[in-house]
Amino acid sequence: MAQFINTLFNAVSLSSIVLLTSLGLAVTFGLMRVINMAHGEFVMVGAYATYAVQNLFSAIFPKSIQPLYYFAAIPAAFAAAFALGSLLEFFVISRLYKRVIDSLLATWGISLILQQAARSIFGTQGVNVTAPPFLQGGIFINGCTFSYNRIFIIALVGICVLAVYLIMYKSGFGKQMRAVMQNRAMAQCMGINSRMVDNVTFAIGSGLAGIAGCSVALLGSVDSTVGQNYIVNAFMAVVLGGVGKLLGTVLGSSIIGSASIFAENYTSSSIAKAIVLLIVIVFLQKRPQGLFVIKNRSLDE
Amino acid sequence: MKKSRLKFILAVVAGAVFASSFSGCSKSSSQASEQTVKVGLLHSLTGAMAISEKSVRDAEVLAIEEINAAGGVLGKKIEYVEEDGASEPSTFATKAEKLINSDKVSTVFGCWTSSSRKAVKPVFEEYGALLWYPVQYEGMESSPNIIYTGAAPNQQIVPAIEYLIEKGYKKFFLLGSDYVFPRTANMIISAQVKAAGLEIAGEEYASMDQTDFAAIISKIEAAKPDVIINTLNGTGNVSFFKQMAEKNHSSEDYMTMSFSIAEEEVATIGANILKGHMVCWNYYQTTDTEKNKAFVKAYKGKFGENRVTSDPAEAAYDAVYLWKAACEKANSFEVEKVLEAIKGGGISFDAPEGKVEINGENHHLAKTVRIGVVDASGLINEVYATPKPVEPDPYLKTYDWAVAAGVQPLE
Repeated sequence: MAQFINTLFNAVSLSSIVLLTSLGLAVTFGLMRVINMAHGEFVMVGAYATYAVQNLFSAIFPKSIQPLYYFAAIPAAFAAAFALGSLLEFFVISRLYKRVIDSLLATWGISLILQQAARSIFGTQGVNVTAPPFLQGGIFINGCTFSYNRIFIIALVGICVLAVYLIMYKSGFGKQMRAVMQNRAMAQCMGINSRMVDNVTFAIGSGLAGIAGCSVALLGSVDSTVGQNYIVNAFMAVVLGGVGKLLGTVLGSSIIGSASIFAENYTSSSIAKAIVLLIVIVFLQKRPQGLFVIKNRSLDE
Repeated sequence: MKKSRLKFILAVVAGAVFASSFSGCSKSSSQASEQTVKVGLLHSLTGAMAISEKSVRDAEVLAIEEINAAGGVLGKKIEYVEEDGASEPSTFATKAEKLINSDKVSTVFGCWTSSSRKAVKPVFEEYGALLWYPVQYEGMESSPNIIYTGAAPNQQIVPAIEYLIEKGYKKFFLLGSDYVFPRTANMIISAQVKAAGLEIAGEEYASMDQTDFAAIISKIEAAKPDVIINTLNGTGNVSFFKQMAEKNHSSEDYMTMSFSIAEEEVATIGANILKGHMVCWNYYQTTDTEKNKAFVKAYKGKFGENRVTSDPAEAAYDAVYLWKAACEKANSFEVEKVLEAIKGGGISFDAPEGKVEINGENHHLAKTVRIGVVDASGLINEVYATPKPVEPDPYLKTYDWAVAAGVQPLE
């Protein structure tokens, strides 16, 4: 029983990490249809922003409030990735809408540039982000250890999903956003500034990747290739869930996270990877458009 | 009108820059043949492996500059040509060919991963060129055109396991990244542990880019080993140890012995997490020799106080000096004569780790083996060292249990 609860917790935890990294992608790829190969590098930017804030705190603040750096790091990571996303959209992506292959290649190039930039600024060796004391270790209940930072990440994901939901479906800006994505010409006729909406939407997606970077920094290494490790799962989760639907991404991430933990428990990690890929392939054979499909009137899809 | 003029100016400027860079190039190379000898450095400066290979490349540059300041080799200054392997074995192969063929270097110092070494090996053998390979590896290889200055398995893995057995560890768990070094290492360790009548409690491999170790950690918890033999490489180490720590595990309940964690990796993972864990190398920054004090001082002086020296960096530093010694013995830079001199034996260097000597037969070095424990400040302190350098035995032919188990290359 303890074993099962432990596995279940691991599955929820991995799902939440996949969800956090794919949430931004659900916005930029799901809504805007931009295949952003540099999404992983926004995760990296968030992770390095966390490192920078940690060092800033240890340089200027007394020891007693240093652990609070992490609460400052989350908005800082969001802001850094948001700003970079906005710039990227303005200078590159906006010129490549409707040219899928071109934007794929351009963003891949940008991902390489950002990786090398990280190496030039922070050095080739990975940097060390230390979890604040209140997130170190875990609570021991009935033979299972629930680590604090995993519980924290699960909560953080909950907050992010809720925030995205509120922005997309309950706010005025969300209405404009969905209008532009569904029928750009009509939205423009209604007086919506579609350029501004594109830019902010892309930046929000990038900012979410920054928050993801902030949390994965607690679990693993922070170096120039950190984003690459998460990007494949993130794309799979969005595609599996059905492009353009928030709930789809949530379910897609849960399927990928749980499947890989349960498969790895009974096999090895490489077999587990193969099993997850197999599940995705079989599933997309049956439902090529993913779990959820947006019904619309356009004939070109 | 305006635009076309601008274009014209740009073209002229570009042309001028291009031409000047060309003339600059040819000038330096015509000088090269007279007063200098050219060597090649072939490491990954970009890509995933750049993290590790930078320190090795820096140590080689340091050795070259020291030798030049002391008068060079056979009266000639060393000039290095640097190429980027970009963490891609096929790139390593083409760049190796370029260094040998068009730059006409006398020797090459390079590679880190076994896959990059295996990719360049046929190139060096075909051209009859010489490569110095500075990293500990899985053994089972002995090319006439490669000198291996890192440890062979019997100079790192085998003595470490012997030490653990002696200390009373009985249940071993093998954890590694999924590629040739960990798989070969674990094959050797399994044979050794079983021959001692002890138990392998489990064997797990993580892919190189794995970030979540929760499932592997629960398997370790279920197996309850006395010690985890860790051959993870790269970022996997950081994720594994951080996620062990979040489960409240430390060296007190799960001791590890690692073969790929040196001083630089300790800094990345965090000394507070790694404190008390064991590693095995031939050299640590704390190794107590006069030569090492000078080496550490020079390395920090050139590349920054916060940099640390490590076993691979030291082995790379030795490689340059050993090449110098071999050239001086041969009284020539020609590869054939240098190899002849190495075959004759007796090429040695008083290295930071102590005296090292090239074995003329199998091209590996005799090295002292040291077990170390990570301390709270992130340095590694020696707790055991072999009384004298261990002779290299890349195929483990002198170990009965290895011969009995039929340990052989995985290919």
